[in-house]
Amino acid sequence: MALAAIAFYLLAAVTLVSAFLVVIGRNPVHSVLFLILTFFSAAGLFVLLGAEFLAMLLIVVYVGAVAVLFLFVVMMLDVDFSALRAGFASNLPVGLGVGLLLAGEMIFTSVVVVNNGATHAMPMAAPGGVTNAEAIGQALYTDYFYYFQAAGLVLLVAMIGAIVLTLRHRANVKRQNISDQVARTPATGMRIVQIESGEGLK
Amino acid sequence: MMVIGLSDYLVVSALLFTIGVFGIFVNRKNIIVILMSIELILLAVNINLVAFSVYLHQVTGQIFAMFVLTVAAAEAAVLLAILVTFFRNRGDIAVDHANVMKG
Repeated sequence: MALAAIAFYLLAAVTLVSAFLVVIGRNPVHSVLFLILTFFSAAGLFVLLGAEFLAMLLIVVYVGAVAVLFLFVVMMLDVDFSALRAGFASNLPVGLGVGLLLAGEMIFTSVVVVNNGATHAMPMAAPGGVTNAEAIGQALYTDYFYYFQAAGLVLLVAMIGAIVLTLRHRANVKRQNISDQVARTPATGMRIVQIESGEGLK
Repeated sequence: MMVIGLSDYLVVSALLFTIGVFGIFVNRKNIIVILMSIELILLAVNINLVAFSVYLHQVTGQIFAMFVLTVAAAEAAVLLAILVTFFRNRGDIAVDHANVMKG
């Protein structure tokens, strides 16, 4: 139990410190790398809770897809990021004030909710004596099946939207047009000319 | 306090959420860091959902966390695509310059 507590405090500290470094970082590439560290340690917290399936999903989806997407975009855009940091110091007091207020409220509410005693004292990620992934599958493919399909639709729309937004047709690039090639006939493809002697082809 | 309970996870989640909101406040011009702050906020929501799911002995919260994950991934993809298009048209990504549709 003590080992679990040490692991919790370590993972929580790494999560919070790296999240803070994400938002105050000067270089967006460093921010993305700290974001990856945040996701990894949050996945560790999920493992500690017993939700192994979501922990692996977090690593696959966030680290494998979202963070890499961020990295691509940050490296692709040629932007002066130091100019975008203007106003950092002047916004700092408001941010700190709102942040402290928000944190105080949420921690207070959390403690009150926990002290009401609606929750159990011991964690259990998979009720019913099955593994965590099995419990999720049993709920996801029965009670939440339509929501599952809707989530797939959301991803499809996002994929099509991203492709449509970033696809660009360049004007001066020569590409093979198969239907044009197939539609060629002898009438359109060649021309028979009678050349007069000594005049050449005009 | 050697036994880790639900409130510890909720405090971590609340602090992570606060860091995300703080990031939006202090990086008002840099939309990439704003997007990362939104991802942090959604991660905090996920931690909250999973912690409650585990301590209520119900798997529903983890299902909801999966849906939040889905929406977060879709949102990041679309917003980064919009960002790339905006950069192609304007040559910068300053938030203040995104006022073409202002009346």
